[in-house]
Amino acid sequence: MNNLAPKLTPDQYEKNFSEIHLAFTRNQAVAEANRCLYCYDSPCMKACPTHIDISTFIKKIATENLKGSAKTILESNWIALTCAKACPVEVLCEGACVYNERGEKPIEIGRLQRYAIDWYFKHGMPQLFTPAPKNGKSVGIIGAGPSGLACAAELALMGYDVTIYEGKKLAGGLDTWGIAPYKMSYEDSLKEVKLVENFGVKIKTGVWIGEDLSIQDLERRHDAIFIGVGLDTSPDLKIPGEDLKGMHDALEFIEKVTTRKWSSVDVGKRVAVIGAGNTAIDAATEAKRLGAEQVMIIYRRSESEMPAYHYEYELAKQDGIVFYFLTAPKKIIGSNGVVERMECIKMKLGTPDVKGRRVPEPIPSSEFHIPVDMIIKSIGQKPAEQFLSQISNLKTQNGKVVVDFETMQTSNPKYFAGGDCINGGKEVVNAAADGKRAAHGIDKFIFGK
Amino acid sequence: MVDLSINCAGIKSPNPFWLASAPPSNSAYQCCKAFEQGWGGAVWKTIGEPVMNTVNRYGAIDYNGQKILGLNNIELISDRPIEVNLKEIAETKKLWPNRAVIASLMVESKRESWHDIVKRTIDTGCDGIELNYGCPHGMSERGMGSAVGQVPEYCTMITEWVTEVSTIPVLVKLTPNISDIRFPARAARKGGANGISLINTINSIMGIDLDTLELKPSVDGKGGHGGYAGPAVKPIALNLVSQVAIDPEVNLPISGIGGISTWRDAVEFILLGATSVQICTAVMHYGFRLINDLLEGMTNWMEEKGFKTIEDFRGKSLQCITDFGNLNLLYKTVAEIDESKCIQCNLCYIACEDGAHQCIDIIPHNGKNQPKVREPDCVGCALCFLVCPVDSCISMVRKDDGTEAITWNELMKTLPQPLTWEALRQFQAKHGIEIH
Repeated sequence: MNNLAPKLTPDQYEKNFSEIHLAFTRNQAVAEANRCLYCYDSPCMKACPTHIDISTFIKKIATENLKGSAKTILESNWIALTCAKACPVEVLCEGACVYNERGEKPIEIGRLQRYAIDWYFKHGMPQLFTPAPKNGKSVGIIGAGPSGLACAAELALMGYDVTIYEGKKLAGGLDTWGIAPYKMSYEDSLKEVKLVENFGVKIKTGVWIGEDLSIQDLERRHDAIFIGVGLDTSPDLKIPGEDLKGMHDALEFIEKVTTRKWSSVDVGKRVAVIGAGNTAIDAATEAKRLGAEQVMIIYRRSESEMPAYHYEYELAKQDGIVFYFLTAPKKIIGSNGVVERMECIKMKLGTPDVKGRRVPEPIPSSEFHIPVDMIIKSIGQKPAEQFLSQISNLKTQNGKVVVDFETMQTSNPKYFAGGDCINGGKEVVNAAADGKRAAHGIDKFIFGK
Repeated sequence: MVDLSINCAGIKSPNPFWLASAPPSNSAYQCCKAFEQGWGGAVWKTIGEPVMNTVNRYGAIDYNGQKILGLNNIELISDRPIEVNLKEIAETKKLWPNRAVIASLMVESKRESWHDIVKRTIDTGCDGIELNYGCPHGMSERGMGSAVGQVPEYCTMITEWVTEVSTIPVLVKLTPNISDIRFPARAARKGGANGISLINTINSIMGIDLDTLELKPSVDGKGGHGGYAGPAVKPIALNLVSQVAIDPEVNLPISGIGGISTWRDAVEFILLGATSVQICTAVMHYGFRLINDLLEGMTNWMEEKGFKTIEDFRGKSLQCITDFGNLNLLYKTVAEIDESKCIQCNLCYIACEDGAHQCIDIIPHNGKNQPKVREPDCVGCALCFLVCPVDSCISMVRKDDGTEAITWNELMKTLPQPLTWEALRQFQAKHGIEIH
């Protein structure tokens, strides 16, 4: 890469990556919990994909029954700490809070959940649940991301012998590798891994199914299998110059940052991020916080079509990220094999496509050049098609595994699936809900009840 | 122009707001500071017998994150020497001639002791005397405070000892820790009191520390009941003030005390017959600066209502007080929910369903759960109205046309006695009253 941004001091890194949302103090938590109206059959509970009984766990914080509060949360969601810190609460629980209807600030549900779950981990994960006696059945889980962990925890409590196979060296999936450090540290994700292991779940890391262990062996070992493999890397831009040095994949870049070895992650002085989803925003703000002087987001549609959540967009703007809307990369130009600049073309919005989104069309002869030292590609993730194709009779649609949403069972009855590999990339909380539901689907499949 | 000045049992002050006899009126420094900020009077912290306090002396009850819903104390009367207090009372009165300076007294139950302290008090030039018959802890165990207030004969006796030598007005401050407040009030009148102050604090245990299992407050592991005050006691105080106010056998001016924190509270006490009001806990929580809103709020309210003096509205709500047997049994209201204001918290639903008469249904509407009142089943209990967190979303709407009224007492004269359920049922059926 040309023009490396100068490294920052350790203090600067710590400041740039310190948590944006601070933990509540005791007084703050109790005061906020008391502000909760304790709605009956509350809208926040319905808005949560895992349907946590939110008003109940909040009232338990008000009475300082934190053990009970943590239990109420975990009964519905095994990935409660990550969800507390990384959920888009503005569009889920907090967005549904009745205070919004009253024109007032909603209850800070995410921070309250974190307060209760922090207590649970700080107190050494006291036993809240009693596992059922072993039932002699075994379930294999592919992928130790949030859906796999949630499925494993639920099954273990039901008496199953559960093994998770994870290709990477650390479990947790994108909770460990893909969350911006100013939202959450990977260590928090590992606490949740530990929670699941505490229930007797075996996690085999560094094992890629289909490589280190064959599908046939996996099927022989287990009575049912859960697929929680997530998605693959970004697809190609399909433009010239994509193989130049200085080109990066957003998730690979974010993964390096999550290790918290800030000074080991190189960024260019001028960084362009292609795409405007929530991952693109994370990559852009992280590049900026690592010391990049100029970070821009290149997006072929306009501000109103941008998939990133509003508050993510606000965060990026506060970080000084420059947005090039209605702009598409056309060619990446380098010298000596290294990125130097990017040729872009201006776009306009044409007629709506089948999904109703207006299709961007290039404006002829509107090409212009942006000098850049680093390009981060964040245009979504490909389905893990190569892996999925190894499983017989597994139906997919547009690369997504097809499941029965009641049971999460796939077209191959022994296989169940959840998380990003069935929805094409949603929130951690959706994965947590899928995994838990799949556990009950598996139980029904095995015991027919 | 509104005139806030009052004359309570011969004690004049430019406004009805007095510091209650308590820690805020412990010294000349505090009373003078309060007067500078506008307080109309101060009842000095009780002086009398030699005492010594424990170090830990206050406990509080918080509610839903709000501090000091109630405050209790095991503090005694002034622990500063009587000479110092009398000197400071004299100095304060001299500096503030137009404010009410009242000395609160408590000595052992001996005629000579009372004669002595009353005379020395009068020498300070203060405006009045308040006899502390209320303190429920420490002093009562030494035969003073509430030990006097709980025995009407003692009230009369000691009040007589005071009034036979006093040349200034005498108020008697009553304890609420008694089954019928009218008896000590009547006893005070019999002893020659010029006015009644009430209420003193209520016997209470504030709580237990769930880690140490000790009382709060704990004095080296031990504790006991203390005197409860603050916003939580206001409804109790209002009731006791009204009982004294409407009792023809008492018929004395009242200085109202008990949980007054705002001008609104003060107006309520005056509407139930008080002439002056005394404030302690709110000042202990927020300081003397409260007087600004107390004066301004009461003035604005009086202007809005067209009252020119305190006397214009004093006691005005007493006419509403009656016995249960005189309430109209045919007065009918039902709850109405304004759906445009409803935020679907459904607190009304669960309160009615589990705590009242099961007459609110939840109807799914546009993806939300809208509570709806089933009017024929609504008994008008108003629980939903009370729990609703949205201003004027639920209202209690009158349904009878006001042409008919009958009270229990009247009904009992028309129905055959002894009363039967069947007779009542017929009365209810005639008037379309359904019991659920």
